Amino acid sequence: MTRNAKINTLLLFLVAALAVLPLALGLGDDKEEPFAGADAQAESAITELKPDYKPWFSPLYEPPSGEVESALFALQAALGAGVLAYYFGVRKGRRQGLAQAAAAAAGPDGSASGSAAPTAAES
Amino acid sequence: MHIAEGFLPPLHAVAWGAASAPFVVHGVRALTREVKAHPESTLLLGASGAFTFVLSALKIPSVTGSCSHPTGTGLGAILFRPPIMAVLGTITLLFQALLLAHGGLTTLGANVFSMAIAGPWAGYAVYRLLRKSGAPLMVTVFLGAFFADLVTYCVTSVQLALAFPDPGSGFLGALEKFAGIFALTQIPLAVSEGLLTVLVMRLLMQSSRSDLVRLGVAKLTGGAGAQQEATAR
Repeated sequence: MTRNAKINTLLLFLVAALAVLPLALGLGDDKEEPFAGADAQAESAITELKPDYKPWFSPLYEPPSGEVESALFALQAALGAGVLAYYFGVRKGRRQGLAQAAAAAAGPDGSASGSAAPTAAES
Repeated sequence: MHIAEGFLPPLHAVAWGAASAPFVVHGVRALTREVKAHPESTLLLGASGAFTFVLSALKIPSVTGSCSHPTGTGLGAILFRPPIMAVLGTITLLFQALLLAHGGLTTLGANVFSMAIAGPWAGYAVYRLLRKSGAPLMVTVFLGAFFADLVTYCVTSVQLALAFPDPGSGFLGALEKFAGIFALTQIPLAVSEGLLTVLVMRLLMQSSRSDLVRLGVAKLTGGAGAQQEATAR
């Protein structure tokens, strides 16, 4: 593994650890509803502060169940991840194409000047 | 940070909408200018928006025993400046309000103000100040993304405290309550968001250095290969 790949893996590992540790340490055990969403907690805080407050507008569309809601959240993440993957794929292909063109221009004996050195070598 | 549909009194909803609108309009102008002047930016713009899509869909456990999600706005703010991030963030919030019943149309103004305006500007300010002082790029990226995330949730706490002051202890009492729910929970998530933003920025440095140079994020003097890539187009 290159140094770059090692650092990137370490970054991902740290993010995973930050997400898993609260679960592993049972930090939500003392709660009525462990690991509830902060947004929902804010809603109940509002009803505590102002018990007579009634939301004056309701969502135009509401996912009919928790399953449908989590499907839509997964869809959102998948869309984003797909576009990101497409971006990095296009960039990688472009770099490889440039490198191949440079190698072809240099000729089989590599006699051309070094100004068009393969650019993908860096990665 | 999503204030649920109908959970802001009408006056507050309208006021935050009015506060956000000019930023978004200005952002749309900046976005069209950028795309016209640099059509090659479109792909990276899409990737920045996609980063916000992914991160704001991930609800992650935190040390307070509750769950919250990152915002992903620091990356776009650093790459394309905050006005353009205001548009990308608004698109994400609209998607969530319309399809997921997460956030809402009446609270869109307030949510746009916290996630798509205040957060990105705060993160960008931290990033610029640190860059000026000569800090290493990845440190500035980490702290920029960290503050873009955290400030978003602090602003949400202020918005809710303004709308629902505590009957006894007033605005400050309510702020303490909402900040306890949002800001504390968010600190480890803001660290995660900082790390993920650094990761994406590292990948961009490998794959799109010439774009980062044009956007003023990276310098050209980063090794011979990168220079040649930049001059090759």
